Amino acid sequence: MKRYQAQIALLAALLISFMVSQFSGRMNDYYLDIVLTAGISVILAVSLNLVNGHTGQFSLGHAGFMAVGAYGAAVVSLQLGPQLATILGSSGTGEGVAFLIALVTGGLAAALCGWIVGVPSLRLRGDYLAIVTLGFNEIIRVVLQNTTPDGVFGGALGLGGIPASTSIFWAFGAAAICIYVVTTMIGSTWGRGFLAVRDDEIAAGSMGINTTRYKVTAFVVGAFFAGVGGGLYAHQKGAINPEGFNFLKSVDVVVMVILGGMGSTVGVILAAIVLTVLNEYLRDFEQYRMIIFSLLLIVMMIVRPQGLLPATLFQKKGRTA
Amino acid sequence: MEQFLQQLLNGLFLGSIYALIALGYTMVYGVLRFINFAHGDVFMLGAFSGLYLNKWLGPALAPFHWSLSLTVILVLSMALCAALGILIEFLAYRPLRNRPRLNVLITAIGVSLLIEYTGQLVFGATQQPFPALIPADNIALTGNLAVTNTQMIVFVTVVVLLVALRYIVMSTRMGLAMRALSLNPTASALMGVNNSVVISFTFGLGSALAAAGGILYASLYPSVEPFMGIIPGLKAFIAAVLGGIGNIPGAALGGLIIGVTETLVGGYSSAIGLPTGYKDGVAFVILILILLFKPSGLLGKTEREKV
Repeated sequence: MKRYQAQIALLAALLISFMVSQFSGRMNDYYLDIVLTAGISVILAVSLNLVNGHTGQFSLGHAGFMAVGAYGAAVVSLQLGPQLATILGSSGTGEGVAFLIALVTGGLAAALCGWIVGVPSLRLRGDYLAIVTLGFNEIIRVVLQNTTPDGVFGGALGLGGIPASTSIFWAFGAAAICIYVVTTMIGSTWGRGFLAVRDDEIAAGSMGINTTRYKVTAFVVGAFFAGVGGGLYAHQKGAINPEGFNFLKSVDVVVMVILGGMGSTVGVILAAIVLTVLNEYLRDFEQYRMIIFSLLLIVMMIVRPQGLLPATLFQKKGRTA
Repeated sequence: MEQFLQQLLNGLFLGSIYALIALGYTMVYGVLRFINFAHGDVFMLGAFSGLYLNKWLGPALAPFHWSLSLTVILVLSMALCAALGILIEFLAYRPLRNRPRLNVLITAIGVSLLIEYTGQLVFGATQQPFPALIPADNIALTGNLAVTNTQMIVFVTVVVLLVALRYIVMSTRMGLAMRALSLNPTASALMGVNNSVVISFTFGLGSALAAAGGILYASLYPSVEPFMGIIPGLKAFIAAVLGGIGNIPGAALGGLIIGVTETLVGGYSSAIGLPTGYKDGVAFVILILILLFKPSGLLGKTEREKV
């Protein structure tokens, strides 16, 4: 039984989110929206944690990958929606499969972008990646903004009328899969390579670990889930525009990862949920929000760089990771 | 042909400002081996201090020639930003000395955001017009090539600052200490260099150049807002990487190349069928290309990481 613990946990999470989803109709729309946002934040934070926490790189472009995924998924739903409906039927299952196709397409598009960006910059040391991903984030925004307003991507106004398919099942199901993939990947024998790259890249390299390969893998997987998160976001809000995926969106995710503790999955999940809820209550103090966040970043790095809930907190004594 | 030369000239003026900012990145990288993300925001503060100094000192300086008031405002805001740069280093970066690089990088991003959003709170989020510190006038060169007075003054100021910087780095004791520190921090400390003082000085010097860049940039494109530093800052950083990060002449060269390429792409984008909005993306394409083919930069030396 112990061997399949992770798989059982994943199935249980999927089942529970499916059951809860059946009752979501009775929930207040406002709270449902916050709950869905929290689920998406968990996906974004856990996937960024794979790159920034476990592998020790520093990506600042998570919102860029999110944008690629959001637009990819939205375009599939809007352009191919009718065709998919005729093929798959308009039953609940048919719609579900169509949404799944849209999400996976968005994720794959983001993963492809991640690969294109990652290969040149990941051969080098970490700080270049920060700039390249930040630049990528900007380029995606500029390119989307300069598309024709009546074209597929909708230009600066973005896309509207995206079906609101994201439910608790989809948001938390995807979050569960994301957590499952990241934790099992890191926990596997092969996955120790990620931690080795983080702890000492030169030593890892001389032990025969292909450091670039590990870094690119982490980056592409992270981008994929960011894309899926973006797709869910698009189908939650119903409308997206390029401005919604700016640098600050990336910073939000980075703050979640750093507060929770880089490399600590439990910490990052909690931070994602807490910060999403806090953001909702701090709406009245919008102009101070970023000042508080940036001060938090500085103070955390000086006082407690391992985060509030570091990974070491959850380990059994005598085991090192 | 004439249009091409005109674009080339415009690019040169823009590039000279990028060069000025890029020097700050490259010098800090040289002594501390990290990217000072907040550099672009010091650039923004330089422009704003120019704006406010002109507001406060303008009446007092009005009787004098504009070149005197320009010099006074330039020097004062350079001094102000130099002090600020030293303060940032002291409060945010010094406690992190000898910590993992990633932590310092995150702090730098934090400092950058802190300056931007505090700026938004203090200065307001809207764009403000920048006063004409240099009277507008066209200087006609041969044929139809036109250069504005502002462009010329900007270029001359940049050249003067670059010469001054070269003197400081190559011919003073402090410059010698800076070069020693960037070569090997441990050895320079053993030779009696006070590394902390040199690092503070480098931050001050870089921030002063960024402030000058801010005022000159705002003179060319006369509007200022709290987020104006992000994009020029990024482009200047790319210029520093292009020239070889840590290499001072390289940063100047990289700045010119980025400025010229960007202006040319902006000028001919309609001819090659691109929206002009893409001009901001050019620098990032250059960055990816240089990282792919020559990561050490045009003038940089390949550095082997040792255990």
